[in-house]
Amino acid sequence: MRLELVPRRDVPAAARILAPVAALVASILIGGVVIALMGRSPAAALDVYFIQPLTEGWALQEIAVKATPLLLIAIGLSFCFRANLWNIGAEGQFVMGALVGSILPLVTAGTDAGPWVLPAALLMGALGGLLYALIPALLRVAFGVSEILTSLMLVYVADLTLDYLVRGPWRDPKGFNFPQTVNFDAMLPYLAEGGRLHAGLLFGPIAVLVAWFVVQRTLFGFGVRVSGESPKAARFAGFNPDRLVVAAFCISGAMAGLAGIVEVTGQIGQLKPGISVGYGFTAITVAFLGRLHPVGMLFGALVVALTVIGGESAQIALKLPLDLTRTFQGILLMCVLAADALVSYRVRVVTTARA
Amino acid sequence: MGVTEAILLTVITAATPLLIAALGELVVEKAGVLNLGIEGMMAVGAACGFAAATLSGSSLVGVGAAVLAGLALSAVFALLVLGLATNQVASGLALTIMGLGLSGLIGAGFVGTNRDAIPPVYIPGLTDLPGVGRLLFGESPFVYVSLALALGILWFLGRSRAGLTLRSIGENHVSGHALGLPVLRVRLYAILFGGACAGLAGAYLSLVYTPFWSPGMTAGRGWIALALVVFASWKPLRVLFGAYLFGGATVLQLHLQAASIGFPSQALSAFPYVATILALVVMSVGERKATGAPGSLGAPFVPDR
Amino acid sequence: MRHLIKAAGAIAFAAALTGAASAQEKLKVGFIYVGPVGDFGYSYQHNQGRLAVEKALGDKVETTFLENVPEADAERPIEQLARSGHKLIFTTSFGFMEPTLKVAKKYPNVMFEHATGYKRDKNVATYSAKFHEGRYVQGVIAGKMTKTNTIGYVASFPIPEVVSGINAFMLGAQSVNPAVKVKIVWANTWFDPGKEADAAKALLDQGADIITQHTDSPAPLQQAEARGKLAFGQASDMIRFAPKATLTSIVDNWNDYYIARVKAVLDKTWKSEDTWGGFAANMVNMAPYTNMPDDVKKAAMDTQEAIKSGKLNPFKCPVFDQDGKEVPCKGQGALSDEQVLGMAFYVKGIDDKLPK
Repeated sequence: MRLELVPRRDVPAAARILAPVAALVASILIGGVVIALMGRSPAAALDVYFIQPLTEGWALQEIAVKATPLLLIAIGLSFCFRANLWNIGAEGQFVMGALVGSILPLVTAGTDAGPWVLPAALLMGALGGLLYALIPALLRVAFGVSEILTSLMLVYVADLTLDYLVRGPWRDPKGFNFPQTVNFDAMLPYLAEGGRLHAGLLFGPIAVLVAWFVVQRTLFGFGVRVSGESPKAARFAGFNPDRLVVAAFCISGAMAGLAGIVEVTGQIGQLKPGISVGYGFTAITVAFLGRLHPVGMLFGALVVALTVIGGESAQIALKLPLDLTRTFQGILLMCVLAADALVSYRVRVVTTARA
Repeated sequence: MGVTEAILLTVITAATPLLIAALGELVVEKAGVLNLGIEGMMAVGAACGFAAATLSGSSLVGVGAAVLAGLALSAVFALLVLGLATNQVASGLALTIMGLGLSGLIGAGFVGTNRDAIPPVYIPGLTDLPGVGRLLFGESPFVYVSLALALGILWFLGRSRAGLTLRSIGENHVSGHALGLPVLRVRLYAILFGGACAGLAGAYLSLVYTPFWSPGMTAGRGWIALALVVFASWKPLRVLFGAYLFGGATVLQLHLQAASIGFPSQALSAFPYVATILALVVMSVGERKATGAPGSLGAPFVPDR
Repeated sequence: MRHLIKAAGAIAFAAALTGAASAQEKLKVGFIYVGPVGDFGYSYQHNQGRLAVEKALGDKVETTFLENVPEADAERPIEQLARSGHKLIFTTSFGFMEPTLKVAKKYPNVMFEHATGYKRDKNVATYSAKFHEGRYVQGVIAGKMTKTNTIGYVASFPIPEVVSGINAFMLGAQSVNPAVKVKIVWANTWFDPGKEADAAKALLDQGADIITQHTDSPAPLQQAEARGKLAFGQASDMIRFAPKATLTSIVDNWNDYYIARVKAVLDKTWKSEDTWGGFAANMVNMAPYTNMPDDVKKAAMDTQEAIKSGKLNPFKCPVFDQDGKEVPCKGQGALSDEQVLGMAFYVKGIDDKLPK
């Protein structure tokens, strides 16, 4: 016996949208059984993990805050992935963006520098990520060095650079020598008083629209798509492959860098070690959950954010261990991927062996 | 024991888990599949290995359990990417998330439990040889297994018929399929082999390297293993070289610190990563050719009948 | 089977709803840990403190914890505890300082306790332990026990707590053995057993015969044991990992403090204050002294007693820095608390360099 996949023709749009819902149901069933076996109530888990986060204003706001960096990075990454470039170093580009972007807020902290600091910081953040992403891009173009290795190794280098700066030259002189900078004045404004929704959230929907337009409606977007599907065809069509590599990495790095400085000026308010919580890696999952489509990635980011917040609620309300919520997060992601595949293919069980 | 010998022993210890996991992944990637779940499979291997060894009192049972655990997790991955043609990158990352969680659940009961390390090999006469005795004849059994794996995979991929099949499937699954090669079956075996290796590497961590279990003890080694495969341009002996280079750089920077040369410790800690990049650049400049990635790497395969 | 699960689920769900009502009288206490509770080190000991609270106060309290909380993303988890009815929240790592203060402003009726920080508020107290007192005792032991006069120090990150620990250790060692040298390796991690083991090996290979550590896993101890050398445990009593090598361990003891603070909330006497306790407050403990001759054991106990009674301050003046310059003495006969809490220099005799 074996399984055979038969591609479906004309998948209705509704099926594509319903697939993640089916996946949720499937993973809830799997999770429910596990939780019941542990002697806890699956109904309460369902309530805490999914229903409360999706019905409470506070949790919805937190989902949006959590999803924003993931979405920004994923949209950038999608350009690399579409062109078959394996940039797995967005984490490092995020950190570099945060670091370079923080230069101005850092030197102007405590002065009346004016409102120009913030936009300049955001620009410099994007630039920092872009320049850092150029390293793997240029090494690949010039020497044929695989970007998988360089981009990943540079993550560690970025983390250590940040670590060095906040413990050494950039340390807050009044901070009892703890590893942190001063608190910045140039911060993204909050959208609502007393909440945590900051103006950086607006970059998310803007990025979705722009990315959609670039991929679908511009020659460059066409080039990226073609070069991913068939490098030969792209060359025939007159696209310079090296230039595409550099451009895709630049976009990807700039988006990750922007996410980094948005996280710092929107949320954290200072530099310290470990400012990224693995966003650069998680965003890879988000990108593929969303099938590299801007709107898909928006939903992907929201789903991942939901699992984080739901997981925390489950730890608090039901005293479930963190590791269980993490395992469940993995299962949920797998179910979403499987459901998505089942929309595209029909599985046929073949019982007689074929030669 | 001389200092040089002691340092070399430490390098080998640090390199072995990377080597075992990377060799497994190399075979997987040669078959055209990218499994980013190494970290998760290693973590589960470490937890299951330690748990089984502690409960049964037998190290061998522990190693077996670790291998089976890695195998089981990779089977889940295979079901997704082969059975349902899901995206390999996302599936592998999901596997890592799940694996790290599972390892915590499995290991929770073993926090603070101590266990003797699996002892190194001892051959009377040979191991006691001055200078090279410990180095050549007194390593952990895992070290010899890892070296045998490297040579075995070198032979398998280069010389055996099955290896040729695996490579051609990884290079171009469409033409492989047209030639009647069992694409999915070969990939299944390759994925399972990779999982078993990752599990074995995990067992090394919790039974030899630092004989106890704690959450997060893989500490990113699965990712380094992944990078080493790329570093090696998918060549088994070069994986060996890469693992020892990386392990060597790690140990060297610790020694430089202990010798207080007055350099920022962050710069020294970054040394292994920078050194790996530089080494790859130098090798690439010397060769002036493509990276050698299998042609179908990462692409899902759905046979049209 | 399915019906059973469903029924069980429904019952438990109902129980959870009604339970919520009766739990109103219980004081809900929340804990945020930076590491996993299974680290057998720092976070593990905080969790022991939580368990001690449950044990001591029984059904008057209900405790919750979140583990492995990243410092840069802590505001949401802390707020989630505050929103879900927790009236006292312990945030147990330095990096939680700013997020704790932010959440505390929004929830004036919730009391917060932040470990190892220096910023307080009306409803934010701070607490920390004088770990350097234990380090000084370790230094005395090491100074007497070393044969090579070289001690290996596996350090994590150059924060003041670690630096003051190194200094106290060195001063303790020098007080009994002026020739002693300390070699330092920064692992740049709190927790990576493999790397900690390699760091310990590097130090042993370079002639150290005693290993001490300010990282969280028992790996360095195990290496010392395997090589027949000596070592100190960290945060919890780690002797089971190295029965022949362990001289003693510094034990973080949060139990008494946590119980006292929870009681204070129950009695409505809680105030925002700063607590910095060592041996005397029983926040720092030494595990039994083992694998050493009686005279060393006695010296260790005497030193511990002297520190506990206040007769001895590890940082008694004069203290000299690396260049041999005397450090200004801002406390009474010893360095002031601020000088120790923000320590960013090495004492004389240490030839490592601190990042500037």
